[in-house]
Amino acid sequence: MTTQILTARMEAHPSDSHTIERYLDTGGYATLKKTVASSKREDIVEQVKASNIRGRGGAGFPMGMKWGFLAASDPKYLVVNADESEPGTFKDRQLLERDPHQLIEGIAIASFALGVNRAFVYIRGEYSKPARRLQRAVEEAHEAGYLGENIAGSGFSLDVTVHLGAGAYICGEETALLNSIEGRRGEPRLKPPFPAVEGLYARPTIVNNVESLSNVPWIVANGGEAYAAIGPERSAGTRMFSLSGHVKKPGNYEIVMGMSWRDLIYGIGGGIRDDNELKTWIPGGASSPWLIPEHLDTAITIDGVVEFGTMLGSGAVVVMDETTDVVAAAHSIVRFFAHESCGQCTPCREGTKWLQDILERIMAGNGRPEDVDLLLDVSDNISPGLVWPPAMTTICPLGPSATAPIISITKYFLDEVNAAIEGRQAAVV
Amino acid sequence: MRSMPPSKEGRQPLSDTKNAPEMVNITINGIQHEAVAGERVIIAAEKAGEYIPRFCHHPKLDPVGKCRQCLVEVEGPRGKQLLPSCAIYVTDGMVIDTQSDVVKKAQKGVLEYLLINHPLDCPVCDKAGECPLQDQTMTHGPGESRFVEAKRKFKKPIPVSDLVLLDRERCILCDRCVRVADQIAGDPLITFNERGNQTQILTFPNEPFASYFSGNTVQVCPVGALTSTDYRFRARPWDLEITPTVSLRDTVHSNAEINTSRGRVIRVYGATNDHVNDGWLSDKDRFSFGAINSDERVTTPLRKTGTGFEEITWADAIDTVSARLGAMIGTEVGSIGGANNTNEEAYALSKFMRTVIGSPHVDAQLGDGFEPQLAAAVIPRAKIDDIDAATTILVWGPDLKERLPVLYLRVRKAVRNGANLVVVAPTRTGLDAIATHVIRYRAGSGQDVIRKLANADKSMTAILETLAEGPVVTLFGRTSIAEDPRLAESVAAYGRTLDGAKLMPLLQRANVFGALDMGLAPNLLPGRISTTDTDASSHIEETWGPLPDALGRDTAAMLSGAVSGDIRALILVGADPVRDFPDPQAAEKALEEAEFVVAIDAFVTDSSRHADIILPAALWSEVEGTVTNLEGRVQVVGAALPPKGQARSVIGMLNDIATSMGAELTSFDVSVVSKEIATVAPAYQGITRDGIVFTSSGAGIVVPSQEAEIIVEMAPRYASMAPDAVPTEASGSAVIVPAQGTQPLGYIPTDQAVPMVTDRYTLHYAPAMYDDGVITRHAPSIADLVRDPTVGLNPRDASILAVANGSIVVVDGSVELPVRIDEAVPEGSVVLPFNHAATKGLQAVPAVTVEPIRDES
Ligand SMILES: Cc1cc2nc3c(=O)[nH]c(=O)nc-3n(C[C@H](O)[C@H](O)[C@H](O)COP(=O)(O)O)c2cc1C
Ligand code: SF4
Ligand code: SF4
Ligand code: FES
Repeated sequence: MTTQILTARMEAHPSDSHTIERYLDTGGYATLKKTVASSKREDIVEQVKASNIRGRGGAGFPMGMKWGFLAASDPKYLVVNADESEPGTFKDRQLLERDPHQLIEGIAIASFALGVNRAFVYIRGEYSKPARRLQRAVEEAHEAGYLGENIAGSGFSLDVTVHLGAGAYICGEETALLNSIEGRRGEPRLKPPFPAVEGLYARPTIVNNVESLSNVPWIVANGGEAYAAIGPERSAGTRMFSLSGHVKKPGNYEIVMGMSWRDLIYGIGGGIRDDNELKTWIPGGASSPWLIPEHLDTAITIDGVVEFGTMLGSGAVVVMDETTDVVAAAHSIVRFFAHESCGQCTPCREGTKWLQDILERIMAGNGRPEDVDLLLDVSDNISPGLVWPPAMTTICPLGPSATAPIISITKYFLDEVNAAIEGRQAAVV
Repeated sequence: MRSMPPSKEGRQPLSDTKNAPEMVNITINGIQHEAVAGERVIIAAEKAGEYIPRFCHHPKLDPVGKCRQCLVEVEGPRGKQLLPSCAIYVTDGMVIDTQSDVVKKAQKGVLEYLLINHPLDCPVCDKAGECPLQDQTMTHGPGESRFVEAKRKFKKPIPVSDLVLLDRERCILCDRCVRVADQIAGDPLITFNERGNQTQILTFPNEPFASYFSGNTVQVCPVGALTSTDYRFRARPWDLEITPTVSLRDTVHSNAEINTSRGRVIRVYGATNDHVNDGWLSDKDRFSFGAINSDERVTTPLRKTGTGFEEITWADAIDTVSARLGAMIGTEVGSIGGANNTNEEAYALSKFMRTVIGSPHVDAQLGDGFEPQLAAAVIPRAKIDDIDAATTILVWGPDLKERLPVLYLRVRKAVRNGANLVVVAPTRTGLDAIATHVIRYRAGSGQDVIRKLANADKSMTAILETLAEGPVVTLFGRTSIAEDPRLAESVAAYGRTLDGAKLMPLLQRANVFGALDMGLAPNLLPGRISTTDTDASSHIEETWGPLPDALGRDTAAMLSGAVSGDIRALILVGADPVRDFPDPQAAEKALEEAEFVVAIDAFVTDSSRHADIILPAALWSEVEGTVTNLEGRVQVVGAALPPKGQARSVIGMLNDIATSMGAELTSFDVSVVSKEIATVAPAYQGITRDGIVFTSSGAGIVVPSQEAEIIVEMAPRYASMAPDAVPTEASGSAVIVPAQGTQPLGYIPTDQAVPMVTDRYTLHYAPAMYDDGVITRHAPSIADLVRDPTVGLNPRDASILAVANGSIVVVDGSVELPVRIDEAVPEGSVVLPFNHAATKGLQAVPAVTVEPIRDES
């Protein structure tokens, strides 16, 4: 199927899809105008519920349900998560850079539906071009009357603030993000209270991903049921996948869920570089445990992959071929999480670095026979039982994320790990 | 105006309120228990006998759930979940497992994590022996380490303040110190830096952790990461002897314990009495003890010689004093002081003066307080707990942060929990930042503010709306020694008209409330009895014998009497009027002119140096007895050490002098004296030292508020103050506030504005925690923390005088100081540091001159 919701405009108008002229010219802001003029707030929320869309930021939480949890007291806020820092993920960047008005329209409709008059977009600090594009688009929308006071004469008002992060992956976690906007340390908060009850500045707040909100104009224009009809049940709609690694054609692809991994990697991705053998792939960002060729013919659905102990997460698919040293690959991911840990809770602060140290020692040729057990037990103390979805001794899922590569290499590539520990060359290479 | 995040848990139910907490059923490890709804699970479990290991949890701090040591399993809709028991709250039907294999493994895992980077330098660590990390490793930890990698290294130790050092390698990042500084002290000056494995506690660049409460971080640190400079490497906890006591650095009487080792006090720790101090101490409470060990202590009796003092024997000293005093008529002798002593000592002094000497001239205040009867027996009197329960708090008195720091913490806590706060003062105070309203007035014009409040002046509308939200607790006192003491009376009278009124008198000196309760005031007898109350005084006469007939003199009248010759001998009891009396020169002159001066003191001070005889006095930590705080709570102070050298308790020396004069005073045994007080002093009926020790479980006993009528006389109590020195009096306009209870409390001037001082600057004498007080000066840890002196001026006045920040001006023609331009100083007034070496000798008059020094060249 070639349904395109998010990328149709940028594909048709590659040079100027980000401008307001092009956006208006292709039907943009019509849904917003109609919505603020004649819709009831509750009806919009109902449409989003009916669409069955699930959040695209990683956790896959049903968006309509989340909106339904928003506490009633004013002021309330909408916060757009554009921190996109999960290694391998670069889809939000494209949506921000190439179709910022689509996001703004989504924000405006969502804000109307939620009774929000102030929205924030939190963009990762390294995304300077997307931030500039979005800022420009916000200004254009203001000038054109789609943001600001009394939007399209409806009495509804909305201001959007674009806020740049400062280079911390953890600030993508929604409550750390809220702290960061407030000027505090980027540390996840204890939940409950959830942001929908006590979020930004202790006010009721909805946090949604860029991609999640970019779908809203289409859903409201076409109806929730139309969206729900796309793709398999419980994995409704299209979805952006960032395909990278050892594939011939890396890039962002908008696909309808339900297709097989083989179609994604070998079809859309054009197969493995140099026609090498596929060894393994990360299905949903660095936080997700890996899959191996035996899973190639299973369907890509949010719930389906859980059966194999992993998730679609942020939609980042990182492909590794037969030349990959999995211990080094695991180390690179563990090091990332250890480096990005906010440091507030003991198991993550101490455990992730310990895992990193052990892997480094193994890679330096100083492995010990007990290291596999130790790696697994240190992981188990961060994520008890090493089950999926993960249990945690930590405050947020970052700590358990660091165990994903450990679980993966010991489950699928134990021989190779043992070989590294014994100082042998990996048998498979 | 208000800028404080509210506490996460809101107002805690007071155990003695009508709204008893709701009880629910929970299951812990398969056994049903009753628990308080909304209580932290870790606390509920502890009450049920299940101790869950913890590091970051602290009952007085908002939970952070960071260390993860306290994980338990809780049953939920999706099965059992591991949750931090310190950060979740009891709900009905909750099922908790603190012992499952998953829980035990998690707890063991967290401990292992905490230990892998810990230096394990316990043999040289001050905390060893009282270290939660050590203790919980023994009870819940892994047997041995599996960690073979390199440990984290940091430079250490690094100073975070003048008093506190930090060892980042030992730190387990529990966030307690950060929260104490932020949530309790309101000084968010320490924070987490870096992230991940490099996370560390630090101060902000170029901003030291300058807090009056820094020592509490050392006490709450669960490891040896924070140490105080004065305790480092001094002792091992198992060698310490512990004496429970209360701090006497102010009238809050924060509970504390004195730690001694080999005959020296080496540490003071806060002790928890939730009615008083919640376990917190100010740094002054904590770090002043160095003065006890000072080499400058007077340790033998001294006699003045032509050139200085000579050491004499006690026998000689007692003979001299009794002979000299015995040769005078009783009313020619006066005693000043007694506020730094225990109730038993104060009682002995009161009885000594009135029965052995036969003089009514006793005063524990030095002209720096206010009407004794108002201080001792204000009705209805607020307890510290009432601050927690108040909807609105009105503070009009000394800057609490500087003068009564632990009470400042209590007001902060109430505001964090949602109370309104109205602060009235002549300049900025520590509480302004969290106040709902601040009223700032030109020093000397306080009556004008009261008049406006009482008349519902339009400018006060918003404030009056807040003050209408009762119950209102009014904390009142003199904002500065230069302020007319009658203003405090008017404030009390006004506070009493407010909804649900409770009043708390604010005096600062040590045990001054106990001293007043023991009758160390010209118009009071022991037990809050007015000297004019003939029925009650005849009860006292049954034990004491006849009381002197004459009208007592206050300190001012005694000092002027010494100059005129009416008073021939003065006894100074831990009193330094040359420093503390509003007119230092008059005090000095009086001591020079008096025929005979005895000083009972631990140091040679500006006053005791004029004494003919100095009798060495025991200090706090060397005497036991009872003391009474600003809410009237009687608590016990402990003797951790014998008095230094030949120093003695006041009871002992007065008994000896009395014997030598052929009289009998009281017992040498504190417990017996305490029982005598309980019989003689009506308000103290049934309150004895032994009773408090054995029955009050450490909380102390609050003296019941008296119902007897107390007449506050408005007339010539401040005769020594020159009439023109009192600009705030609006004579003829006084209205007596109708008493709600039985105690007329003074007047509110309702219809006349305060006469303006136009030719001079009205003076506000701002107190600071670290001042030139005798104990601070002799305590090495804090002696250097005294701030540099400045003259605070309003920007407009500074521009009229053509002076800039740092320009030198001359105050009252005598003191030269640099200018500090400050918006918070109202026009027409000037702020000087009180009790500072730079301003000593300056008279605390209502108004002074300020002149710039002009470069003549
Ligand atoms: C460590 C961590 C990092 C995260 N980073 C991102 C991110 O970069 N972008 C994002 O949208 N969500 C991120 N999330 C998920 C957010 O917490 C949150 O679930 C999401 O923004 C909600 O939006 P959605 O419901 O639209 O998916 C992260 C979560 C964790 C635990
Ligand atoms: S799991 Fe890691 S990132 Fe998350 S709160 Fe704990 S220390 Fe911070
Ligand atoms: S210094 Fe002490 S109190 Fe502060 S975070 Fe470290 S261990 Fe906790
Ligand atoms: S004590 Fe509960 S997490 Fe630290």
